[in-house]
Amino acid sequence: MPQLVKRAIVFIAALAIVACTKDSTDEPGADDAYTATPLPLKAPALFGQLLPVPTIPADNPQTVEGVALGKKLFFDPILSADNTLACADCHKPANAFTDSRQFSIGITGSPGFRNSMPLYNFAWNSSQKFNWDGSATSLEKQAFEPLRNPVEMNNTWPNAVASLQDDGEYPILFEAAFGTQTIDSVKVTKAIAQFLRTLVSGNSKFDRHLLGLETLTESEQNGFEIFMDESRGDCFHCHGDRNNPLWTDNSFHNNGLDSEFADPGLGGVTGDPQQMGLFKSPSLRNLAYTAPYMHDGRFQTLEEVIDHYSEGLVYSPTIDPLMKTVAEGGVQLSVQEKADLKAFLLTLSDPEFISNPDFQQ
Amino acid sequence: MRTFALLALAALTLVSCKDVDEDIPLRTLNFTQNWDGEPFSQADLATTAFVNENNDTLDISRLRYLISKVRLENSKGTVFQLDDYQLVDVSNENSLTVTPSAYIPNGTYTMTFVYGFDQQDNIDGAYPDLNSVGWSWPDMLGGGYHFMQMDGTYDLDAAIPKPYNFHNGTARVSNGVFEANHISFSIPEVRVRGRGIIEIQMNIAEWFRMPYTWVLDDYNTSLMPNYEAQKLMNENGASVFAVVTE
Ligand code: HEC
Ligand code: HEC
Repeated sequence: MPQLVKRAIVFIAALAIVACTKDSTDEPGADDAYTATPLPLKAPALFGQLLPVPTIPADNPQTVEGVALGKKLFFDPILSADNTLACADCHKPANAFTDSRQFSIGITGSPGFRNSMPLYNFAWNSSQKFNWDGSATSLEKQAFEPLRNPVEMNNTWPNAVASLQDDGEYPILFEAAFGTQTIDSVKVTKAIAQFLRTLVSGNSKFDRHLLGLETLTESEQNGFEIFMDESRGDCFHCHGDRNNPLWTDNSFHNNGLDSEFADPGLGGVTGDPQQMGLFKSPSLRNLAYTAPYMHDGRFQTLEEVIDHYSEGLVYSPTIDPLMKTVAEGGVQLSVQEKADLKAFLLTLSDPEFISNPDFQQ
Repeated sequence: MRTFALLALAALTLVSCKDVDEDIPLRTLNFTQNWDGEPFSQADLATTAFVNENNDTLDISRLRYLISKVRLENSKGTVFQLDDYQLVDVSNENSLTVTPSAYIPNGTYTMTFVYGFDQQDNIDGAYPDLNSVGWSWPDMLGGGYHFMQMDGTYDLDAAIPKPYNFHNGTARVSNGVFEANHISFSIPEVRVRGRGIIEIQMNIAEWFRMPYTWVLDDYNTSLMPNYEAQKLMNENGASVFAVVTE
């Protein structure tokens, strides 16, 4: 009985809230009164089946007009201080939206200190922590930073907003996306984040293999088994498995690169000494296009990466216990095992993603 | 103005809703960890040293485990579901508490739960939230999910401590032959009353104690494909959990 009463009251409260929202949408002129055309996120079949529902902030729904605007901004150098550098210059479509240079060069000509990151499958990032060190806690917040980073676009928000506002085209595009011609940093980052969320990669050879559309070669299959075998590669604890098509655990680890850290990684953000030298486990999708590898782009080839795990591990106090063979330098793979592991890793690359016309300038 | 009034009304109804609630016990299911009574929490990860039954010194840098089918049954046979499954991750405070949606009256119950997933629930790939956090158990070892992942180092006085990966799940007898490895608990006379807090406690030290005194030099890493190690964990697990209510 008491539960029934409670139910009824909750129902009334819900009604009242519905009534409120109905009311306010009728008001003309208000920003949130305007709704652009909804654009549902396209999820690959395997994602829908295996992964939690994508994270899209309630205050920034995907829309046709928002995504189109975000795309234009992403490829436009107008956001940089001297109009020379676009997001896309360090996040190139042909490289799965990362940079083939070890360190990208900002507008002042000085390099950054981390390797750029590929951009895809953001809505499924279960930790919603971005950057190598997890310093950004949403895509909207991430998009706020590069513009004013001195080694990237070296601009200020007031300056960038003024350039956009003075432009012949942008105010109209912002009106279509957000219902107002008045541009601000929040709307810029919202539009970019919407575009970034459309960058979905889910059609690799391995995906098609899981869907029964393609078979792996013997070498690729062996490589997958090495990847999944705790006594051999043991890669899956951090980099996903066939039930985790993101190919990352969305978490942070020290994978034994250095004995001392030039870059504190996650520890620099949290201040926790136990987290010094921890970096985000990168997704292993699209490795064919994303060299060089690691947070500082130290490895040019996948062979070097595999050699690292096989015999190059270095001890430091925060090394992950999953790097269990550090005393022997690594998991000691044979030449054949290394070749098979590499063949498997390459089946996670998605040629359709890098040539998708929706993602080109 | 009108919006305001409606909001006020909504607020009022919510407030009165709370008044009505006063005599409805709101239950909380907590998962806590301890080492022989010393609470173990996030701050202890990778920092606090312990000595196990075999006198090995060790630390724990990651501790995650799965508890499923948490239920209370009263003397009339009515069953109340507290939780379907919960991945407890000591590094994530949100994972340590669950508020059951069922209304549970005060009373004395038999509480049942499963450490890990039983065969019915241990379905490969079936749980999206578990898939995306690296919790799957490899297909070649029977598939499904991990039941526990405890990682850390031992021999702490050595220049370089040795790693251990205490991972538990389905046991592989031989190629293609697997054995279920969960543990079902049934705890009689659980009295739910007062603040309505129900706590499932894990005494981590017990994993290393009984009946098998765990020797980390014998069993440390690559334990997932190791049938003996998997069964020893299962046996030692029987004395690991306790339930208290408050
Ligand atoms: C000068 C090169 C450069 C420019 C320009 C640049 N980025 Fe980046 N981007 C990087 C680097 C380097 C990182 C890694 C940063 C880190 O970990 O500290 C990164 C990281 C990111 C990430 C995080 C990805 C993840 O998986 O966590 C996103 C998102 C991103 N950039 C989007 C953008 C957007 C949007 C723009 C334009 C507004 C932009 N970037 C401009 C170099 C650049
Ligand atoms: C303990 C977790 C962990 C395990 C186990 C692990 N990795 Fe990694 N991996 C990482 C982290 C963290 C990084 C990024 C490190 C950095 O940049 O500082 C990384 C980076 C990589 C990269 C570079 C990707 C890029 O885009 O830069 C590749 C490739 C890779 N790992 C493959 C493997 C393979 C193959 C195995 C098994 C032999 C493996 N990893 C095992 C955590 C792990």
